[in-house]
Amino acid sequence: MKGLRYIENVASLTLDKDRCVGCSTCVTVCPHRVFQLQESKAVMVDKNGCMECGACAVNCPVDAIRVDPGVGCASLIINRWLKGKNLPSGSCC
Amino acid sequence: MAGTKSGREEKDFSEGSVIELAEVQTAAAPQEVCCGGAPPPKTNPLERPGYTLKPFVRAFIKDSRSDVALVKTELDFSDHIGALLARLGINRDEYRIAPGLYGVGYPGQGSPVIVTANYKLTFDFVRRELAGLDCWILVLDTCGINVWCAAGKRTFSTEEIVYRIKETGLSERVNHRRVIVPQLGASGIAAHEVRKRCGFRVVYGPVKAVALKAFLENDMQATEKMRTVTFTFGERFELIPVEFYLFGRKVWWIFPLLFIISGFSPDIFSPLQGWQRGILVSSAALWGGVCGMLIVPLLLPWIPGRAFSLKGALLAMATTPAFVLVADLQVLETTALVLVFTSISSHLAMNFTGSTPYTSPSGVEKEMKRALPLQGLALAAGIVMWLAAPFVNI
Ligand code: SF4
Ligand code: SF4
Repeated sequence: MKGLRYIENVASLTLDKDRCVGCSTCVTVCPHRVFQLQESKAVMVDKNGCMECGACAVNCPVDAIRVDPGVGCASLIINRWLKGKNLPSGSCC
Repeated sequence: MAGTKSGREEKDFSEGSVIELAEVQTAAAPQEVCCGGAPPPKTNPLERPGYTLKPFVRAFIKDSRSDVALVKTELDFSDHIGALLARLGINRDEYRIAPGLYGVGYPGQGSPVIVTANYKLTFDFVRRELAGLDCWILVLDTCGINVWCAAGKRTFSTEEIVYRIKETGLSERVNHRRVIVPQLGASGIAAHEVRKRCGFRVVYGPVKAVALKAFLENDMQATEKMRTVTFTFGERFELIPVEFYLFGRKVWWIFPLLFIISGFSPDIFSPLQGWQRGILVSSAALWGGVCGMLIVPLLLPWIPGRAFSLKGALLAMATTPAFVLVADLQVLETTALVLVFTSISSHLAMNFTGSTPYTSPSGVEKEMKRALPLQGLALAAGIVMWLAAPFVNI
C-alpha cells in the first residue's frame, strides 16, 4: 500500500515452497499483494506488507502457508491480555 | 460476459413469473375520491402478516420454490439516511437485511451470483454497482457486519456460504456452479472446501464493489489494482464519526471527574478553581482525543513513524507551542497538560490500528509492549503534576 506501511519484520507468515503446487490462489486473495507466482511456485515478494489476515493460508489447498491470523487491533489485544488468551483472535471492530 | 446485460426480453427463467411491485400497486389503487380527498394507496397485496415489504424491493420471482426478491439498483432517501446513521455509529448494530437470495435486473440460469454480507450498507453498495446487469445476490448471515470484519470474526465463513447455497436452492436457479465472493471475504472462506462440500467454485471478485461491473465485463479477471486494498483519505474520514461516537459513549464520565479533581486546592476545595482548571484539563484531554482520533487518522501517511502510538505522540507534541501560547500557564501546569494530551493522543492513535486494513496483530502487539508503559507513565505523571500544581508555585 502506497505511503502506508506498518512495522517491519514481525509478520508470522511462512511459506513451504516444497508443498506449493502453484495454484496461485494465494496470489489472488492477498489484499497486499504479498505473493507472486514465479516458475510455477508461490514466492513472498513483500512479506513486510502482510497484515496477517490469514486469507492466503485458509485458501491454500495444500497447507503450504502458515500464518498466525488475527486482527491488528490494540483494544482487542488489551482485552486479551486482561482476560486471558481464550478470546478468539478475530473479534474486533 | 454473455447474459449479464439487463433486459426482460432475454430472460430465461426456467419457470415461474416476475411480479413487479409497481404494477401491482397501480392496479390496486382506488379510483374513487372519498370524503377528505383521495385516500392513500391500498396496502400492497404482496405484504404478508408479520413481514415487512422492504422499500428496496422492486419485484418478486414467484414460482414453486421460495420467492426471490428482485431489488432496486438506485438508493433512495431512506437508504441514504440509514447509511448516514450507520456511519455516525447510531443504530449500526440493527442495520441488517434478511439473508438469502436476491436479484437485480432479471437474473436467469446463466446469471452470475454475487455473494455479500447482510450489513445493509454493504448490500446497498453492491446493488447500486450492479445497475443495468442481471445478477443473483446471495446474502450471507454475518450478523449485520461488513464482509471484511465478518471474515475476521468467521461469520462470513465456509460453513455459512455452503449452508446458504443449499438453503436457497441455488443449484436449481443457475446452470453454472460459480459464486463470486468479495476478495476481502477470503480470510473467512476456504475456496477449495466450498467446492468440495457443495460443488460451487468460488471466484474471488474485486476488493471493492465499485469494480464489480468492470470485473464482470472483463471475464471475471481482476486487475492488480482491483485486488489491492486501499486506505485513502476519504476511507479514513468515513471511520472517524463511528470511532468518536463509540468511544465518547464509553468515556464521557471522565470529564465531570476532571472538574472535580481540579477543584482541590490549598483551601481544601474551591468550586471556582475547579471550574477554571477543570476547563483547562478537560480541553487538554479533549485535544488529546482530537489529535489521536481525528488528526492522526486523517494525516496518517504524512506523520513520521510507523508505530501509531509514535505518530500520535509526535503530532500532539507538535502542537505544544500553540497550547502554551493559548493557555498561558505556569511551567508545572503546562508540563502536566502536555503530558496528558500527548499520552491520550498516543493511546487513541494506537487504538486506530483496529480500523485500518494494514496493521498486523504481530506488529500491534510489538508496538503496544513498548508504548503502553510509556503512555501510562506519562499520563500518571501528568495527573500528579496537575494535582500538585495548586500547592506549589512553579
Ligand atoms: S495457494 Fe498454496 S499451493 Fe497455491 S500457489 Fe499459493 S502456496 Fe502454492
Ligand atoms: S495473511 Fe493476508 S496479508 Fe498476509 S500474505 Fe496472507 S493474504 Fe496477504
